[in-house]
Amino acid sequence: MRFGVVIFPGTWSDCDFHYVIGEVLRQPVKYIWHRDTDLRELDCMILPGGFSYGDYLRAGAIAGRSPVVEALPDFVARGGFVLGSCNGFQILCEAGMLPGALLRNECLQYRCQSTSLFLENAETPFTRGLRPGQVLKMPISHGEGKYYADPDTLRALKARNQIVFRYCTESGDVTKEANPNGSLENIGGIVNEAGTVLGLMPHPERAAETAMGGTDGLLLFHSLIGSLVEDGSALKR
Amino acid sequence: MTAADPKVTLDLALAHGLTAEEYDRIIQLLGREPTYTELGLFSALWSEHCAYKHSKVFLRLLPTKAPHVLQGPGENAGIVDLGDGWALVLKMESHNHPSFIEPFQGAATGVGGILRDIFTMGARPIATLDSLRFGDPEDPKTRYLIGGVVSGISWYGNCFGVPNVGGEVAFAPEYQGNPLVNVMCVGLVRRDRIFRARAEGVGNPVFYVGAKTGRDGIHGATMASAVFEEGAEERRPTVQVGDPFTEKMLLEACLEAMAGGAVVGIQDMGAAGLACCSSEMPSRAGTGMEVELSRVPRRETGMTPYEIMLSESQERMLLVVAQGREEEVRTIFAKWELDAVEIGRVTGDGLLRVRMDGQLVAEVAVRALTEEAPVYEKPTARPGWLAALHAFDPLSLPEPADYEAALLRLLAAPTIASKQWVYRQYDQQVGINTLVLPGSDAGVLRIKGTSKAIAVTTDSNARHVFLDPYQGAALAVAEAARNLACSGARPLAVTDCLNFGSPERPEILWQFAEAIRGISEACRALEIPVVSGNVSFYNETEGEAILPTPVIGMAGLLEDAGWRTTQWFKSAGDRIALIGPDAVSLGGSEYLAILDRRLAGRPAPLDLRVERDVQAACRAAIEAGLVSSAHDAAEGGLAVALAEACISGPEAVGAEVELPSLGRHDLTLFGEGPSRIVVSVPPRAQRHFESLMGECQVPWRFIGTVGDERLTLKVGGSVLVSLSLDQIAHAWRTGFDRYVG
Repeated sequence: MRFGVVIFPGTWSDCDFHYVIGEVLRQPVKYIWHRDTDLRELDCMILPGGFSYGDYLRAGAIAGRSPVVEALPDFVARGGFVLGSCNGFQILCEAGMLPGALLRNECLQYRCQSTSLFLENAETPFTRGLRPGQVLKMPISHGEGKYYADPDTLRALKARNQIVFRYCTESGDVTKEANPNGSLENIGGIVNEAGTVLGLMPHPERAAETAMGGTDGLLLFHSLIGSLVEDGSALKR
Repeated sequence: MTAADPKVTLDLALAHGLTAEEYDRIIQLLGREPTYTELGLFSALWSEHCAYKHSKVFLRLLPTKAPHVLQGPGENAGIVDLGDGWALVLKMESHNHPSFIEPFQGAATGVGGILRDIFTMGARPIATLDSLRFGDPEDPKTRYLIGGVVSGISWYGNCFGVPNVGGEVAFAPEYQGNPLVNVMCVGLVRRDRIFRARAEGVGNPVFYVGAKTGRDGIHGATMASAVFEEGAEERRPTVQVGDPFTEKMLLEACLEAMAGGAVVGIQDMGAAGLACCSSEMPSRAGTGMEVELSRVPRRETGMTPYEIMLSESQERMLLVVAQGREEEVRTIFAKWELDAVEIGRVTGDGLLRVRMDGQLVAEVAVRALTEEAPVYEKPTARPGWLAALHAFDPLSLPEPADYEAALLRLLAAPTIASKQWVYRQYDQQVGINTLVLPGSDAGVLRIKGTSKAIAVTTDSNARHVFLDPYQGAALAVAEAARNLACSGARPLAVTDCLNFGSPERPEILWQFAEAIRGISEACRALEIPVVSGNVSFYNETEGEAILPTPVIGMAGLLEDAGWRTTQWFKSAGDRIALIGPDAVSLGGSEYLAILDRRLAGRPAPLDLRVERDVQAACRAAIEAGLVSSAHDAAEGGLAVALAEACISGPEAVGAEVELPSLGRHDLTLFGEGPSRIVVSVPPRAQRHFESLMGECQVPWRFIGTVGDERLTLKVGGSVLVSLSLDQIAHAWRTGFDRYVG
């Protein structure tokens, strides 16, 4: 599976994703500059964490209008996958590729900590190898990760099973105490209607090696690579 | 000279912080009166901050050489060899004055400055640490300062993308009018790709790169070289404003330009801005430089040559580029959306020549600004106040009625309590190298592509330095090295940040001289070179100096990343051992500060030979795989160290300990002494551990066993403390938060 890791001015998880995909997962991976729009050779685009354009204006607002992001809808329509983590999730919401918005954390402070995630939807290409209700451990690192959507959007998200992760306790209870940023209904990650675009605030690339404290982040990649193999290892394009 | 410039007089020179003698010396060096711009250059370059004029004679004592030192003091940062082709760049710096005036931006730009010091050497910053000191935690001003400083550090470092892996926060009333914000940074560079701040190659073009120049921070270096009087907040306009996003662009653009080989030399425009770079870079290379200021990118109109030269606008660098490769540099900086403008060239005549629209506004020998800056050896005097403080015997105070209550109070003391409130606001993991997160004795980071890891820490116990500057400073070195030993690392190098009051007071300068002697002695005994550092004098407000605070930043190497060890107990059944001597004292202790609000007495003596042997024994046990945890017993003594080992890990576990009596029980439990490490040893390794300690010839003994849901401390058979893990964890976890939440 061929991965592209996007670099915006101010991105900083680019090297981490590149390392995990290339060195840990041994998959082909290359960097994609934010002005590039030729994504033909790629199967999955990664929008990494960071402070694209300093997060000036709003987190992800400027990057959400960059050439590479404007090329993503076509890429997805041709069967490509997109994973946006942290700033990548914010960018996907700003670009309108995922519904809702990410607001300033309820505590009004930056939070870097471990979180537990309750897997709500095990039917997306990113979670197919997992079982519903499974608890994944991944760290967060953000100041603006409070997910919000208006009531209609939230209803639609639920109806279409687009909520993938909710923050929970280690034993899997979705409680207020387990919510690190005040997200609506503890939402930590969602997909588009087709399930091919995943946005999540946690950092799967920081939970990809035992030495880093856990490997639950790899499960998303294994599911994704597995999905592609099941589909005949070729995208429809 | 421009028409609008004020006339240069002695009074104007005095107003610039120069002395009458210094002004005479300037006239002598120039052979004429300086122009207004030249006066600005001299006042900045000859400030304490840039010239180290009161500290230089003492700093020469520090050991700076070792076979693995690739760059010692005198550059933007020091560098040591790590093997495998890698080198580690390290530096620590203070931003005390700006952080008091404007805590958020002051602390943020402190982070920005230290990051640039690291990447000018060609290295990618891989970690920062912050060492903070504040006044009375009960004072609302303290709450405001902590909030501002921590969010400033958080904002800048997180946006830039560098993990914060450790540091310290301590409180003492002496910092009330002058908090300390010291930030350390380490970076990784290939050994053969190191860059230096030298303007080599006559005829090479000089490029200004990065953010545009404004009027912010003019005379910041001069401000940092004066004591605070009432109304210091009015100096807020001298504090710079940071932009971490531009800094990140600058990092990537500089590293890309360096990788291509177009860069000959590079220096950060930090304190004293362009004035500093355009004189220090040619001075180091024995060349000269000419610059045309009308080409400098500006964000304000009507700036004078004086203002452009002295601006401390952030996120700017001066580059000397290989002739003929100018276009390459322009292209790279354009890619990162930054200005890169040729503003001058390297000359061979040893002069700094500054023009504005072709008109000469300054012409000075670079050596006059740098090498020939005044150096003072001012008088020192042992403070009269020490005798009475040393005469105090802590054992003249009554014993506490309730040892459990005393331990809980100590655990809840803001200097000891958990600092999670601070570090959860910092990204600790970006770069995916952090093997040991904040909250243990040292931060540990792997070096990808090798089996190695580095450990980093900062340390200083200012109370001990105040009572005995020589031994207190030696102790800071010993404790930093001990923290690294507890993590499994062998110390490689020191970077220091020496925070003191006004050197013009003999008592303060004595503290400084004694502290340097202590650092030198300890570094020699433990064989650790000092490769970089920073002196911050004039930390006084209205005549009240801070506690003398030489902060020691230290980096060490683990040949095998698998050796990394954390401070908390892991498994029930492990035996607990104390490695180290019994010499402890309540003089200058946290116990005395918290329970009696007193700073007095004599700290326990430090024996550097024992210290070295204890650290070697701890490392040997770790490398042989014989210990599950190792924790240095520091503030609060053995009782606090044991409590922390029970509750600071991911899962709390109890311990039952029988301590040898050292006299009174408060001394036994809370007495502080150097060279003491608490380790836990799995039963399978017990015999091997015993024989290893014998071989190492260090004092040691088993003192208890890990397990159960309580911490029980017995002395001479009687139980002094029996507290549930919840009780001690609650005190320790909420002690800091109640002052900041």
